[in-house]
Amino acid sequence: MKVAMGFLGAAALAFAGTAQAAGPTDPEIAHIAYTAGNIDIAAAKQALAKSHNATVRAFASEMVRDHQAVNDKALALLKELKVTPQDNATSDALSKQADATLKRFAKLNEHDFDHAYLNNEVAYHGTVNSALKTTLIPSATNAQLKSLLETGLTLFTEHQKHAEHLAATLK
Amino acid sequence: MRIAVAALIALILTAEAPAAGGTSRSYTIVIDKMKFGQTPPVLHRGDTILWVNRDLFRHSATAANRSFDIDLPAGKSVPMVVKSTGELAFACKYHPGMRGVLRVRP
Repeated sequence: MKVAMGFLGAAALAFAGTAQAAGPTDPEIAHIAYTAGNIDIAAAKQALAKSHNATVRAFASEMVRDHQAVNDKALALLKELKVTPQDNATSDALSKQADATLKRFAKLNEHDFDHAYLNNEVAYHGTVNSALKTTLIPSATNAQLKSLLETGLTLFTEHQKHAEHLAATLK
Repeated sequence: MRIAVAALIALILTAEAPAAGGTSRSYTIVIDKMKFGQTPPVLHRGDTILWVNRDLFRHSATAANRSFDIDLPAGKSVPMVVKSTGELAFACKYHPGMRGVLRVRP
């Protein structure tokens, strides 16, 4: 749990940096959202490589599938709009923190990993959802990008609830 | 004229004939933006539901009592013949917050 909370704190700080700025541009928002999705896909792939728990594996598969679908849609939209995602400090900070978390989780035994992964999923989705609500969606100017972010928020809120349920019932 | 009126009456009676009388009906339930659309007020055993998934995401229509479990890949439509009766609560097994209820009469 400490590991998960460590990442939660760091991720929250990264998003807080975004919030303090004048407001991210659409290319920056797209990059942050895409990065956040990729981070969860990488976490899920680690879970699929490490865990033998059927519940954890089913959830991880769902994360890969759903986040990949959103990211594919985001890429298609950006291409249509001729917008190039722009790297930024928030995306960099998120990626560095996620890499560190993957390394820490890699050292855990399977039982501890299962719990850490699900707890981190609860925390991570909570942080991303908060950033979507308070910063990314209000700052987005393109209607299609805003709509996709809103769909993402609905989906990720569902992921958060699902992870909370699984984390609470995992033995 | 008589024939036309008779045909019209026959048509109305056919359209309103209950499924219990042997006529099964088809209904559509659309899934969009992470929600199940409106379900028919009443179904009868033998009716068909076309589950239409308009979302980007894979969903399922899974009965709480497991009497049905329909896999719904993104953008696909899947028909299902209603076989059980009663109040059938269902959800998406991938996104358990997505829920609905089918009310099925014999």
